[in-house]
Amino acid sequence: MNTVQNFELYAPKLIEKREFFSSGHRACQGCGEVLGLRMIMKALGEDVVVSNATGCMEIISTAYPHTAWETPYIHVAFENAAAVGSGVEAGLKALRRKGKIADRDVKSVAIAGDGGTVDIGLQSLSGAMERGHDMVFFCLDNEAYMNTGIQRSSATPFMAATTTSPAGKAIKGQRTGKKNVAEIMVAHNLAYVATACPSYPLDLMEKVKKAKAVKGPAYVHVYTVCPTGWRAASEQTIKLGRLVVETGIFPLYEVENGKYRLTLETPEPRRPVEDYLKLQGRFRHLDPSDIAKVQALVDKEYRKLMHKVKTSVPWS
Amino acid sequence: MGKRIGMEVGIAAAEAVGLCNIDVAAVYPITPQSHIAEHLSDIVHDGRIDAEFITVESEHSSISACAGASATGARVYTATSSQGLMYMHEILPIVSAMRLPVVMGNANRAVSGPLNIWNDHTDIMPQRDSGWIVMHAENGQEVIDMTIQSFKIAEHADVMLPTVLNMDGFQLTHMIEPLEFPTQAEVNKFLPDRVPYATLHPDKPMSMGCFNMPEIFTETLKAKDTALINSKKTIVKIWNEWEKQFGRAYKPVETYKTKGADTMILTMGSMGETASVAVDELRKAGKPIGLVKLRLWRPFPLEELRMAIKGCKTLIVMDRAVSFGGAGGPMATEIKSLLFHDKDRPRIVDFIMGLGGRDVTVENFIDMVMRAGKKKDESYEYYGVRE
Repeated sequence: MNTVQNFELYAPKLIEKREFFSSGHRACQGCGEVLGLRMIMKALGEDVVVSNATGCMEIISTAYPHTAWETPYIHVAFENAAAVGSGVEAGLKALRRKGKIADRDVKSVAIAGDGGTVDIGLQSLSGAMERGHDMVFFCLDNEAYMNTGIQRSSATPFMAATTTSPAGKAIKGQRTGKKNVAEIMVAHNLAYVATACPSYPLDLMEKVKKAKAVKGPAYVHVYTVCPTGWRAASEQTIKLGRLVVETGIFPLYEVENGKYRLTLETPEPRRPVEDYLKLQGRFRHLDPSDIAKVQALVDKEYRKLMHKVKTSVPWS
Repeated sequence: MGKRIGMEVGIAAAEAVGLCNIDVAAVYPITPQSHIAEHLSDIVHDGRIDAEFITVESEHSSISACAGASATGARVYTATSSQGLMYMHEILPIVSAMRLPVVMGNANRAVSGPLNIWNDHTDIMPQRDSGWIVMHAENGQEVIDMTIQSFKIAEHADVMLPTVLNMDGFQLTHMIEPLEFPTQAEVNKFLPDRVPYATLHPDKPMSMGCFNMPEIFTETLKAKDTALINSKKTIVKIWNEWEKQFGRAYKPVETYKTKGADTMILTMGSMGETASVAVDELRKAGKPIGLVKLRLWRPFPLEELRMAIKGCKTLIVMDRAVSFGGAGGPMATEIKSLLFHDKDRPRIVDFIMGLGGRDVTVENFIDMVMRAGKKKDESYEYYGVRE
């Protein structure tokens, strides 16, 4: 695999030492989402204002009078992180132009979970991206409404059991496949769209930096393992994040001005999805024919992506 | 002070905002607010003011963008109406709890269903408990003056609360009235730049909108209530400053011919103008009738109302909204409750009328005064309803 040799020697040089999301928060053991968030904040640096949606990351970090945020931070509600972030961007822009604040680049960043992005926050996200605000939106996708108790979202994968898509006798879990919001963002003509996973920290942080450098809207979809919600062992977080990429379920790619590129080539033949599914209680009810259905869906989505990787050309 | 010009009130509202050196406006169009949205975008796109105009995809996002922008220290404005205000509802108490001085104009319109685009107060009443300062303008000049005043009130260090200025849809927003605009220099003198208490900036990072555990939530809500109650003092102070500079007086409760009146009509919004004509007619006929007008709905001006209705035996409350299955119209319900312990409180007659743009004429007011005299109890009544 494409792991970095002597990582522990290089890492201190490659990674920002300062923490902008501090320890002492209330995330679960093995939380992949907070790990992703920590890396995002390191890569963004200090000149940001974060607009956060209601959700796990908000709840674990901001129990008044405590805060884990070392950067300016605002939380208003669940579905409006992008709208709040667009207001922050407009406010900073106007104040800077009128000489009311320092003449300095400060990036507006909106962060939401999958529910706050792909479901209830989709309209607000689409609006903010379409309007062309100079901001980055991060979706921290753990594939269900974890903060309210593991209910299905439209980011929940096919056949996964959640508390509102249970593995019943008649219906075996989530009935539909995952909504592809990264594609919807590409359709907004964003200069930069990427997928990332904290199991690949350097790849993730590189993408965060690229997204921040864009003058205009950018979107990064971060796959974040939730051992609590997925009924998985908390020490398997990094491994699950690697397996989801190696199986091709969640390929790591970026789209720069319409040009698709895999940032991590998955060796062929890809690992079977079963390697990934069998480590999680949410897929425990799947029999071999179900696994075959999941494999077929993953293969189809992967083919679609690879076609774009091979044929897409930059817009400009 | 400039000379009087004829202008549509909605356009005038946007012109007034244009005088206030705003930094950000986030507006979504809705009838009958749309002329405010359109004209404000004209002002920005023509470069008459230096501001960001965010053409949001919904009212939910307009109030959310206003919250974000206001948190950076910017002076922000939005305007809406009816369904738009209902769509914002979720965010309104968050804006007031975060003490963000967002200024809003609301072109009052009936709430669906059934769909109706015309005027009443069913949109603002459900927002009553949101912790905002709620004001009502009666005519176009008040819309101009109170829009400018709103920024000073909202941003004042002793207030720091959002404000909503209600202007009746169509019946006020679409009227062409002779209006007087203060000059830019006069507004600059009255309204200095915003001095924010806290801002979102890396120079001094802070977290806004942290959640409250049960141990502190009640305290936060009480603090908001106290801030809203205390804001009245500053509102009155700012209105006095306005009167001193511009000569037009503003009070939380206005009275018209109440001296010696044993019966008084109570209105809120543009209806007061028609009611005053009815009072003139009744006075001419020798009837001791007066008019009381609420300018401030939140914080509720109880002391001022008590003073205004001194000696009143029958108070006729004109409610343009309904609390279904409850005690009647929201204004009468509230006034009854507030005056409950007053020994010499007037009998309160509650008429629900003027819903969804139904015209209420001078004759209707006179008729209601007559009916009120005959009414035995304090139950509410739908006036002019066809059954």
